[in-house]
Amino acid sequence: MNQKSSTKIRCVDLWKVFGSNPERVVDQWATFDQNITKTELLDKTGCVVGVRDASLNIAEGEIFVLMGLSGSGKSTLLRCVNRLYEPTYGKVFIDDQEVTSLSFQELRNLRSKKTGMVFQHFALLPHRRVIENVGYGLEIQGVGKAKRESKAMESLELVGLKGWEKSYPHELSGGMQQRVGLARALATDPEILLMDEAFSALDPLIRRQMQDEFINLIKVVKKTIVFVTHDLQEAMRLANRIAVMKFGAIQQIAAPSEIVLHPKTDYVAEFVQDLPKVKFVTAKDIMETPDKWMVKPEYSITEMTNKMDQEGIWYAFLVDKNQNIKGVVDYRMLTNGNGDKNLKAEKLISEFPNERSDTFLEKLVSLAAKSTIPIAVTDKQNRINGVISRERLLDTLST
Amino acid sequence: MGFPVKIPIGKWIDLMVIWLTDNFTAAFDLISKVVGFILLKIDFFFNWIPWPIFICAIVVIAWLISGRKVAIFSAISLFLLGCLGLWAEGMSTLALVTTAVFISVIFGLPAGIFAAKNERFNAFLRPLLDGMQTIPSFVYLIPAIMFFGIGNVPGTMATVIFSLPPMVRLTTLGIQQVDAEVVEAGHAFGSTPWQLLVKIQLPLALPSIMAGVNQTVMMALSMVVVAAMIGAGGLGYKILYSIQRVDLAVGIEAGLGILFIAMVLDRILQGITKREQKAILRQ
Ligand SMILES: Nc1ncnc2c1ncn2[C@@H]1O[C@H](COP(=O)(O)OP(=O)(O)OP(=O)(O)O)[C@@H](O)[C@H]1O
Ligand SMILES: [Mg+2]
Repeated sequence: MNQKSSTKIRCVDLWKVFGSNPERVVDQWATFDQNITKTELLDKTGCVVGVRDASLNIAEGEIFVLMGLSGSGKSTLLRCVNRLYEPTYGKVFIDDQEVTSLSFQELRNLRSKKTGMVFQHFALLPHRRVIENVGYGLEIQGVGKAKRESKAMESLELVGLKGWEKSYPHELSGGMQQRVGLARALATDPEILLMDEAFSALDPLIRRQMQDEFINLIKVVKKTIVFVTHDLQEAMRLANRIAVMKFGAIQQIAAPSEIVLHPKTDYVAEFVQDLPKVKFVTAKDIMETPDKWMVKPEYSITEMTNKMDQEGIWYAFLVDKNQNIKGVVDYRMLTNGNGDKNLKAEKLISEFPNERSDTFLEKLVSLAAKSTIPIAVTDKQNRINGVISRERLLDTLST
Repeated sequence: MGFPVKIPIGKWIDLMVIWLTDNFTAAFDLISKVVGFILLKIDFFFNWIPWPIFICAIVVIAWLISGRKVAIFSAISLFLLGCLGLWAEGMSTLALVTTAVFISVIFGLPAGIFAAKNERFNAFLRPLLDGMQTIPSFVYLIPAIMFFGIGNVPGTMATVIFSLPPMVRLTTLGIQQVDAEVVEAGHAFGSTPWQLLVKIQLPLALPSIMAGVNQTVMMALSMVVVAAMIGAGGLGYKILYSIQRVDLAVGIEAGLGILFIAMVLDRILQGITKREQKAILRQ
């Protein structure tokens, strides 16, 4: 993936401790037993740790997922971003603005213009019609009724709820209610969406459908998204990067495939062990750099076989100076030659597996089952980016 | 065996009340004038409307709010009240109750809202409200007389003190019961505290607030006899009179009169509460 532009949200050494005199817990944390449990801490200090020393950068346009078991502090961290919870220690920045030092007036302004929020149980206003729910944020901004309604309608259209604007929330199904919640968050056109278990209250089938629609939606409306979930599959589907949390602390921040392939702590490893790897690991994660696998058109046959001997490979890709693959050579075909010095066209294999870097392991495995030739990974201009051998695939699958 | 110490708390309060009456005569006069004025106008109005028109109006209101059954029930009840020969007394009682409830709402609603938002104030208010409801209502009569003299005004004020607590309590409860996530959503979209209150908390607390009004009305009605002891008129006075004369006939008729008024008010107010609930809850 291309490296990201600018940082949108930044948390620095963030702590949130609930209870009386919470600063003391932050100050004294280093002196505590580092394996202290929640109950022990509560007995000892009367406090509960929500977030513990969390630092993270979220890039503009990124979908950043906060993952963890119940009580791990995901919602608390999310609420520190727009200060629904006042952090006990540390700083939060949005763009270059320090959220943690804003006055209430400035904070309200930030909340109504820059951030939108979606809630687990939808949090709609039951006494208002759908359109008035969606227009709530604009109403708070002081936008006039006509403009408010036209914007709310646009927003409702985005989530596929046109025609329902006059209904009351209780007349809609759960999935539809959450669309209203989403439309409400989108209506003010915020740069940031904060989503707390937005799809968790929905039936599995509807949830899946909402995830798909959501993925499509955010291709249209570009937002920076912080998404809280305890559902690992959901995290894997949506995330550009995932932060795994445990007892308030961040265990690892990485791309989904990275988390699966290289879990940083035992906790994370345990977390992801049941995941079907083939669905989340992509070609990019396991491919080797192509140099080892490349021979040049100007090579003589001897030069080619020498290189292949050296590298210990049976196949090599013939790559021109534009890095385009011209074909594949097979060591056995080259060596049972009739003394030709240079490669003949008929000895160049033109059929070989060729995939993009975002292809999932699942498909790579099925390709490898059909052909003994290693899989070439190429970019849009057909340039070779990497190579995945069968050995490599087997290695990945077996660890 | 006697107790070692005697705490003359009654004496202290007595002194305090005397001090208050001495130093705040102007304030009490003003309150007395305002309340007396409201009471007088409402009383005059209710007694001025010809009874058929009054009954029709109530029937229309009851029909709109609570449906046909309640409308018919109200018509019969009010008609019977008139047939008992107690129309004028009934209207006077209604005026007193209306005034007391009006004052209770004016003070109870903001107090309830503030208590919901401020835990300290709530902690201070709770025992006070408990006291107001549990101390026998006769006890209020003494300071009421000292502050406001004899008549309808002290009767109304004693009624207010007795009927205020449910208004405050149910307002607080209603606001505290608003779904925390919905309140959070209000904050998340940048609402000011005022916007949060009027656009989210009050509308969602309305069923509870209306239940508070209903209870306040019932409490006020239950106070009319006590209020009559310090000179309030109406049905309460009739009952007091019947007790003094041991006149069962008058007592029963006046008691029925209060019952009719209570039931009509209760049914109509319950209708409002239910409607609000329906608007807010699913189904
Ligand atoms: N308002 C609060 N007051 C006191 N403790 C709180 C509060 N909110 C959260 N906590 C505590 O902080 C910890 C983290 O809670 P949080 O809600 O952030 O967890 P979560 O990861 O979102 O869990 P879930 O999946 O259950 O929503 C928990 O131990 C919780 O009990
Ligand atoms: Mg949560």
